[in-house]
Amino acid sequence: MKRPAFRPIVLTVNGARTAVRVPPMKRLLDVLREDCSLTGTKEGCGEGECGACTVILDGRAVNACLIPIGQAAGARVTTIEGLKGRHRLQAAFANLGGAQCGICTPGMILAAVALGPRPTLAQVRTGLAGNICRCTGYEGIYRAIAAARTARSRKAAASSQKLDARSRTSAEGRKQPKSRLPAEAPRAKAGVPSPESRPSTVLGAALSVSKGRVPPLDRARGGPERVEGPKAPSRSRS
Amino acid sequence: MRTALSPLTLRQPRSLAHALRLLRDEGPLTPLAGCTDVFVGLNFGTLGDRRFLNLWPLDQLRGIERRAGVLRIGALTTYTEIIASAVVGRHLPMLVAASREIGAVQVQNRGTLGGNIANGSPAGDTLPVLAAAEALVELRSADWTRKVPFTAFYTGYRVSVRRSDELVTAIEFPEVAGAQWFRKVGTRAAQSISKVVMAGVRAARPRIALGSVAPTVVRVPRTEEALAAGATIAEAQAILQEEIHPIDDIRSTASYRRRVAANLLAQFWNGSD
Amino acid sequence: MIRSVGRNVSRKDGAEKVDGTARYVDDLSRPGMLHARTIRSTIPCGDIARVRLDFDTTGFTIVGAGDIPGRNLVSLILEDQPCLAEARVRHAAEPVLLLAHEDRERLIGAAVTIDYRPHTPVFDPAQSPTVFKSVTIARGDLDEGFRRADVIVEGEYRTGHQEHLYIEPNGMLAVPEHGGVTVYGSLQCPYYVHKALCVLLGLPADRVRVVQAETGGGFGGKEEYPSMIAGHACLLALKSGRPVKLIYDRTEDMLATTKRHPSVVRHRTGVTRDGRLVAMDIDVLMDGGAYCTLSPVVLSRGCLHATGPYRCDHVRVNGRVVMTNTPPNGAFRGFGAPQTLFAADVHMERIAETLGIDPVRIREINALRPGDTTATGQVLGPDAAALDVLRAAVSRSDFRRKRRAWRGTHKGIGLSLFFHGAGFTGSGEVKLQSKASLELTPTGVRVLAASTDIGQGQRTVHAQIVADALGLPYDAVVVAAPDTAAVPDSGPTVASRTTMVVGGLLKRCAEEMRERLGRLTPKAYLKTHGPLVITKAYEPPPGLVWDDDTYRGSAYGAYGWACDCIEVEHDPVTSEVRPTRVTTAQEIGKAIFPLGARGQIEGGTAQGLGYALLEEVVLRDGAMANAQLTNYIVPTTLDTPPMDVVLVEKPYAHGPYGAKGVGEMPFDGVAPAVVNAIRSLGFDVRDVPATPERIMEAPPIGTGDSRLRPVAERRASARQAGLGIREARRTKRPRTTPSARARRKAVRS
Repeated sequence: MKRPAFRPIVLTVNGARTAVRVPPMKRLLDVLREDCSLTGTKEGCGEGECGACTVILDGRAVNACLIPIGQAAGARVTTIEGLKGRHRLQAAFANLGGAQCGICTPGMILAAVALGPRPTLAQVRTGLAGNICRCTGYEGIYRAIAAARTARSRKAAASSQKLDARSRTSAEGRKQPKSRLPAEAPRAKAGVPSPESRPSTVLGAALSVSKGRVPPLDRARGGPERVEGPKAPSRSRS
Repeated sequence: MRTALSPLTLRQPRSLAHALRLLRDEGPLTPLAGCTDVFVGLNFGTLGDRRFLNLWPLDQLRGIERRAGVLRIGALTTYTEIIASAVVGRHLPMLVAASREIGAVQVQNRGTLGGNIANGSPAGDTLPVLAAAEALVELRSADWTRKVPFTAFYTGYRVSVRRSDELVTAIEFPEVAGAQWFRKVGTRAAQSISKVVMAGVRAARPRIALGSVAPTVVRVPRTEEALAAGATIAEAQAILQEEIHPIDDIRSTASYRRRVAANLLAQFWNGSD
Repeated sequence: MIRSVGRNVSRKDGAEKVDGTARYVDDLSRPGMLHARTIRSTIPCGDIARVRLDFDTTGFTIVGAGDIPGRNLVSLILEDQPCLAEARVRHAAEPVLLLAHEDRERLIGAAVTIDYRPHTPVFDPAQSPTVFKSVTIARGDLDEGFRRADVIVEGEYRTGHQEHLYIEPNGMLAVPEHGGVTVYGSLQCPYYVHKALCVLLGLPADRVRVVQAETGGGFGGKEEYPSMIAGHACLLALKSGRPVKLIYDRTEDMLATTKRHPSVVRHRTGVTRDGRLVAMDIDVLMDGGAYCTLSPVVLSRGCLHATGPYRCDHVRVNGRVVMTNTPPNGAFRGFGAPQTLFAADVHMERIAETLGIDPVRIREINALRPGDTTATGQVLGPDAAALDVLRAAVSRSDFRRKRRAWRGTHKGIGLSLFFHGAGFTGSGEVKLQSKASLELTPTGVRVLAASTDIGQGQRTVHAQIVADALGLPYDAVVVAAPDTAAVPDSGPTVASRTTMVVGGLLKRCAEEMRERLGRLTPKAYLKTHGPLVITKAYEPPPGLVWDDDTYRGSAYGAYGWACDCIEVEHDPVTSEVRPTRVTTAQEIGKAIFPLGARGQIEGGTAQGLGYALLEEVVLRDGAMANAQLTNYIVPTTLDTPPMDVVLVEKPYAHGPYGAKGVGEMPFDGVAPAVVNAIRSLGFDVRDVPATPERIMEAPPIGTGDSRLRPVAERRASARQAGLGIREARRTKRPRTTPSARARRKAVRS
């Protein structure tokens, strides 16, 4: 017996009018991944806890795993693909340690986009509390967002050049302007080295951001090779 | 996802009136607001409902307004809207405080006050606020409208007086006299289910409501009376223990919940935050 | 040419991770693909009486133990774990049957009932009749050591399970082709999977191909477990003749896959009055779960780190890892060391409390120094950095001032000193015989290694090492996907070995290639001479000797060293303890990719905070009862504090550019530092997770007179306080000898 076709549901995805004929209770997450072939949005838990499925719907960050497509008719949805790799947050995440394994990254970036252009660190913590990252401890994410933020303002960009050797990383409760790009971790006293050891070099991880500009995304030059499709196995030559 | 979603039907009412007619004539239908609880149940395969009614487009169920001292919040108002509302911030700040503690931004953008009420979890974070504020729940069917005092809304664990052909359409709050207080003690700082949650109004006759310490949200009238009559904190704490019934579960223990509830009571009554 | 080692280059895989094009296994599909589901046992122990299929099986592929073409086992160390349970189940969620169907929803609806004859399960490791492995490490004469002690401090410390909670759950896509099978998956060790599949499927090595898809986190949870899930996907693929995708949802992943080994560690330690360790008697008990998996190696590493980074002439460590009827435990960042380092450093804190000695001082006195000998007889080289990191972290965090200022308040600061051996334990690297290759390309060179990037930056670090050693720009180095058809077996991506060992192999390849290239460009060379591939195999550093039978020798080529100072705030209303700041100094030889090293330290620290305060696996009837993200609590942005990281470099002579390892060490010291901070508030906590419920119940630390009191009184009050302090039996030997005085003088300087 032929099943009646589902009524088309029309929404806008990344600026494109999209009509899907799928069961109305199918999750927006699965519609995006399967019917729109946009696999950038990820499923980490299915229960709205991890935020890996975050998309922007009608201007607000939402968990796509909790929305039936039947409630998204007429909605404007932006996925990570909709940023086209050109958002300053994307370059910042890639270059400043905001992404390690990358599975939380699309959702994290969209949640960060939804914070607006000038969030304070406290607003970032609150605004990203629904996005769990297991790799970074969140610090690299804050650095990336701060860099993308200051990259917009020339005034802030100028001040971010001064990597104050005495200041600490942007820590809550410290007397620092909240918008300051986290400074290079200063050289700490190495303590008294014992005579038989070579002098230890103590350094903080330098952040290679100059002039407040975030270097653009470095696309695949020398990047990892991907394996696509069934290929005849090449012989290992070792 | 452990529920097959293809066979599930979703009715799309054109208006509130249409929705109510569908509920009356074509039930059973499970109303869907922001889905932040329903889809969790579908994901785990623990929700058996198969026929759903989409409320999301019904703007009649939205809106925050205050008239003649009564604050009226539409059932589909999201936590984000509550947090952003100057009116709610001025007149019912404990509801803003509760809304900020629910989930995180993504959940706040979709979760609704009506959904929190209809879901009826004993851990619902807004529910102690509604109890302490002595809100009225507006229920509508195709044929009538009625208002039920929130304190009489639940009759048991996840059971309420709402009929299957009724919708929660709005919540009304009379003027709250006294200092409002709210605290949630969760499993972590965000995205957490409460272990104990308490809302209170500090006044000569205080109002105190708690969640996660009984099968439903509870007011604690004997504790309130004792404090009104000048009991010491220690005495009030002892009475409190008789009015709450916390359990051990995967999140916490009964003894922890008892001690914390007592401490929250002291913190509330002493005006220290 | 700009050197790239030590610089924050552009991450090799950054672009695709931020633009959504990185392809994780669930992003892959093939025409005709089936979806899969695993039917698992619902009891912890018993015989399978009957399996009933109560559904319409049309269109289903069904696989049970009887369908296994090769041997029904997940090949690892001991051959005890079946790929599918046949007659017996030994833990809840053990896989019994596999189903595949085109339609995911038909899979959901498939009702399978298993009838059992249950047996009595063993859940308490202390009662287990089955020991997977025991280890003894001994040095000196314990009795002699205790005779020299002025005070003996005893204690028992417990750690629980921990779930990896990689944000991408386990998944595999198996494609039957070319007379065998190709598997794409979320995994850390393609050759582990390859070997296991050859055994399970009875296929020769060249008919099995394993390819790592982009992997969303591992932390050890995708070291050995992928062999199991790949086996399942392949069995279905071969039986059906179609590609099969098997992806776990979060609940299944938590229920069924490996966890960190819980532990109970007992210390009995003799110390002199002035704080010197003279005798360490340590008992380590770990819970391995139902099957052996990697437990022997976890125990081994745990025992080798059990003394902490401290020196002591008389040591005995007795360890055993045992069976319980719970899902098998496995590799997890730190791999046994976090458990024993937790006990060692909380115990050290208790020693300091008992003697009334400052916690920094007691560690300064006892920390291992270059030239010192470990419990297994390894002489530490000049790169040993315990004191460097201790002093760096203590000074930078302003530890002493805060400790004084916060006494009696709700704020606390705690300290831990720790170390971590990089590379496989003992003779492990020799046995692995890892290989890596470099292949010349027209534009540069291609790295061929089985190492996997799981977020830690392996692609980037390997490219940096090769670029500098070859004298080529970083952009000229391409890193091949880990594909067993194309890369040699470089060993697993575990044990903090990927930079140090595999990076070291690649550096040697690059150095030889540079010689062969001479002044020719790659393009010119290829035109003149044809293809060029250089392969190198592991060679142990000179003088690295280890005896597996006596457990003596050099356990690891190099150790990293670290110190955490962690600040917390306690809320007396709720008993919650919140971390407010982490200051950490970590010595890793050389930071090849400083941003990456920092990221590992910050991430490992956050994971450690979860372990210390939030993460608890609740077991009911041997199964995880809180297998939902809403109930297994990991830290969010609002649960993690600012982190201040100091990288210290004391180059390791046999690491590429001096590099040691960094992936695991940052995790090791967090729990003891947090608990020591809690102890500074007066709570006698000795277990993790230190949840608010536990802190509320914790007794106060025995306060009062910390000077030595007459024996009888001390014994009585110690029993009351539960401190377990016993006065050493006095002998006629005078306590103060010239040599003792000289020793004390040396220690103070």
